[in-house]
Amino acid sequence: MSTLSFTRRRRRGVGGAARGVAWAGRLGIAAIVAYCLAPFYWMVVSSLRRPADQFSNAPLPAPASFDNYTAAFDPHNGFGRALVNSLVVAGVTTGATLVVGIFAGYALARLQFRGKTLILTLIIAASMFPPIILVVPLLRLFTDVGWINTYQAMIVPSMSFALPLAVWNLTAFFRQMPAELEKAAQVDGCTPAQAFRKVVLPLAAPGVFTTAILVFISAWNEFLIAVSVVNDRHMMTANVIVSLFTGQYKYDQPFGTQMAAGVVVTLPLVAAVLFFQRRIVDGLTAGGLK
Amino acid sequence: MSVIAPTPGRTAPASRPPRTSRRAGTGRLAAALLSPTLLVLALVIGYPVVAAVRLSFQVSTEGIDPHTGFVANTSHYGTGNYATVFTDDRLLRPWWNTTSFALASVTLEVLIGVSMALVMHRAFRGRALVRAAVLVPWAIPTAISGMLWKWIFNSQGVANDLLGTQILWSSEGFHAWLSVVVADTWKTAPFIGLLVLAGLQIIPGELYEAARVDGASAWRVFWRITLPLVRPALVVAVLFRLLDVLRMFDLPYVLVGPRKHSVETLSMIAFNEMTNLRFGSAAAYASVLFVYIAVVALAFVKLFGADLLGRGTRSES
Repeated sequence: MSTLSFTRRRRRGVGGAARGVAWAGRLGIAAIVAYCLAPFYWMVVSSLRRPADQFSNAPLPAPASFDNYTAAFDPHNGFGRALVNSLVVAGVTTGATLVVGIFAGYALARLQFRGKTLILTLIIAASMFPPIILVVPLLRLFTDVGWINTYQAMIVPSMSFALPLAVWNLTAFFRQMPAELEKAAQVDGCTPAQAFRKVVLPLAAPGVFTTAILVFISAWNEFLIAVSVVNDRHMMTANVIVSLFTGQYKYDQPFGTQMAAGVVVTLPLVAAVLFFQRRIVDGLTAGGLK
Repeated sequence: MSVIAPTPGRTAPASRPPRTSRRAGTGRLAAALLSPTLLVLALVIGYPVVAAVRLSFQVSTEGIDPHTGFVANTSHYGTGNYATVFTDDRLLRPWWNTTSFALASVTLEVLIGVSMALVMHRAFRGRALVRAAVLVPWAIPTAISGMLWKWIFNSQGVANDLLGTQILWSSEGFHAWLSVVVADTWKTAPFIGLLVLAGLQIIPGELYEAARVDGASAWRVFWRITLPLVRPALVVAVLFRLLDVLRMFDLPYVLVGPRKHSVETLSMIAFNEMTNLRFGSAAAYASVLFVYIAVVALAFVKLFGADLLGRGTRSES
C-alpha cells in the first residue's frame, strides 16, 4: 500500500454531463459546510440576542447585543477563573505529555530493539480503556492524599489519554523523516543520543507542533475527570462550569448566557482549526493511515 | 537487519570496539527513551485499572459493631458487588443504552462520513473551506456541544420550530435517546469523513482509468474499487468510534442529564454510584463496561481485521 503513488489525477470535464457533475459536487460541498456549521452558527446567533429575545428563532439577532457575554463573565459565575483553570490544565498536560512522548515516539520510529511490537500494542491498548474505570479508584486515591480540588488531580489523569495520542502521532511523524539524517550524523561521529538532540529534534518541530495542537484540544475538551475530582467552583474548568450556570435573568436555564460562554470556550479552538487545518488533518489521519 | 536487545547497563571498557558499543548504546538508548512513557502509563492507567478491579471485589457493609455498639464500616473481599449489579435490573437498561447508542450512531456516522468523503474527494474548489468547516464539530468540546443541542432541542427551540412539532426532546424516552444520537452523529461523522478521505487519496488514479476503459459503471467502480481499497481506513475509523461511543458519558450527561432512564450509559451509572460514594459497585459497573468494550473490540478486530499495528510496526528498510 505504502509504495503506491500518492498522486491524484483529476480531469476537468468538458461538456454538459461533466458540468452537471461539477454542479452536483458544488451542491454536495455546500451541504457538508451547512451540516457542519449550522449548529455552531446557531450557538453564535443565540449568544448575540438580547436576553429578552432568548426564545426568538429568527435566523439573525435583531437587535444584536453583547448582554449575554457580559452576563457570562458576571463574577458570580466564576467563568473567567474557569477559563484560566482550563488553560493551566490543558497547557501543562500538553507540555508534560510532549516532553515524555517525544522520546518514546523517536525510539519507536527509529531504533531497532526487541519488544517493540509489544510496547506499541501496550500504548494502543492504553488508549482504549474507558476513563470511568480510571476515575473510580483515582478519586478514592486523590481523596486520601488530599488532591481533591487541585490542578494535578486533573492533569495527571488527563495524561492517560493524551500520552497514547501523542506517542502515536510522533512515531508516525518521526518515521516520515529520512533515516539518512541520523546516519549522516553518526558517520560524522555523533552517538545516537547526539544525533537525536542535534539533528532530529530541530527538524521535528512541525510534527511536535501538530501533536501539541491535537493534545491541547483533547485536553481542553476533557470533562469526566474534571467533573469528578473537583467540587470547588474556583477550581472547575470552563467545560464544567458552563453547565452549572445559574440564571441572572428569570428563565429557568440561562441558555443565552451558556451559548455566549460556549462561544468563548470554542472560539480559540475554531481559530486554531482555521489556521492549522492542514496540519490537524494530517495529524488526525497519521495514526490510522500512513 | 538484526535485532538488538537492550543490554544491562554495565560500564563499557574503554578498549571495546566502537561498533559494539554503538549497538549496545542503541539498546540502552531505547530503554532510556521509552521508560518515562511506560512509567507514566503504568501510573495513570495500569495502577488505576488494577485498583478498580480490586475495588470491585471489595464489599463494604455498614453494621453495628457488637463490642462497641457504634456504627462501623467493615469490608471484605467477595463477589457481592457483582451479585448486586447483575441481579439488579439496573444493569440491563444502561447496557442496552450503551449498545444502542453505539449501533445507531456509528451506522449513521459511517453512512454520512463516507458520503462526505466521496464529495470532498471530488471537490476542485473550496477544499480549504470544507476542511476547516469539517473540523469545527470535532473541535467543539463535547460538553459545550451537549449544551448547544440541549438548546436546539429545547421545547421552544429551533428544532421544534423547524419541524413544526411540540416535542419535549431532552426530557425522557425515545426522543431523548434520539437527540443524543443526532448530537453525537453531528459531532463525529466529519471525523470519519476525514479518515476515509485520507484513505481515498492514496488510491492510485490508474485504477479508475482502467475501470473507465473497461466501461464499468460508477456504482460498480464504487463497490469494486473504492470500497475495498478504502476499507482499511474505514475499519480503523469505525473501531476508534466504536470504542469512543461505548464509553460515552459527557454528551448524555449534559444534553439530557444524570439518572435519566432512557439515556443512562454504563459510564454514567458508574459515575452516579461513585458520586454516591458506593465505590465498590461503581468499580463493578466500570469493570463490566471495560470487559464489554474489550470483547467488542476483539470481536471487531477478528471480524473485520483492523490492521492497527501492521503499518505501525513495519520497519523501514
